Amino acid sequence: MSNMMKRREFINKSALGMVVVAGSSYLIPGIANAANVPGWPAAPFDAKVLDKAMEASIKTTSVTTSPKVHLTAPTIAENGAAVPVTVDVDYPMDPDDYIDTIYLYIDHNPTPLASEFHFTPANGRAYFQERVKMAKTDHMRVVAKTNKGVLMASAPREVKVTIGGCGG
Amino acid sequence: MSAIGNPMIRMPSSAKKGEIVEVRSLIMNPMTTGLQKNKAGKIIPAHFIQTVEVTFGAKPLSHLDWSTAVSANPYLAFKMRAEDSGILEMTWKDNQGGVWSAKASLKVA
Repeated sequence: MSNMMKRREFINKSALGMVVVAGSSYLIPGIANAANVPGWPAAPFDAKVLDKAMEASIKTTSVTTSPKVHLTAPTIAENGAAVPVTVDVDYPMDPDDYIDTIYLYIDHNPTPLASEFHFTPANGRAYFQERVKMAKTDHMRVVAKTNKGVLMASAPREVKVTIGGCGG
Repeated sequence: MSAIGNPMIRMPSSAKKGEIVEVRSLIMNPMTTGLQKNKAGKIIPAHFIQTVEVTFGAKPLSHLDWSTAVSANPYLAFKMRAEDSGILEMTWKDNQGGVWSAKASLKVA
């Protein structure tokens, strides 16, 4: 019996080892620079168009909008280099039903996926505030994903940019 | 542009049990995209924070993945439910090996 247990343990451990090896090879992207922080999802961040970025991050390009997902940004941004964004989702943060991730996209930026925020129920509220760059007048949108994989999107929000955020 | 790091966290030092408090943070980082050129016409390499880890009482609270679309010297605010007294710690990591941490303590009455 104890031999069996050891064998089982060994199998489990070696299986785990395989997973780690497979995982780490995925994390070394040949395309971007090799110094990416481990765990940083290079594929969706490297995607150059919105559909590809959504496909790589949430595996779909059409998400039903929900009035629960609030995206706030100025209608006119004087400076595209720092556009304040507030995201707030009216959703419980219960241990078995909560917002797990919020994805923020800026439709026509060189790489549309701007950020991913991963929550735990201990956050109490799926809310964040940050500042982002916008290359030009454009739409931004967020998609919230629950821990059960349910997706809901904000209405796209247009921000008029008078001075682009990417040099110039 | 020369300053880098210097992370800061602002949050209430005390809260009632169950109260939702806001945490605000700031760190200096150029957040360059790797798409811009300098005056001499040479590409400025991408230099940006890629991940932010947040723990409370050493337990994972949140983590973020950022792209170059996050503005220079990133500001970040989020919320947490105050259940127990403890230390909130944030760790920022950039694509050039930079790692910075900051802590703030919360007393729950």
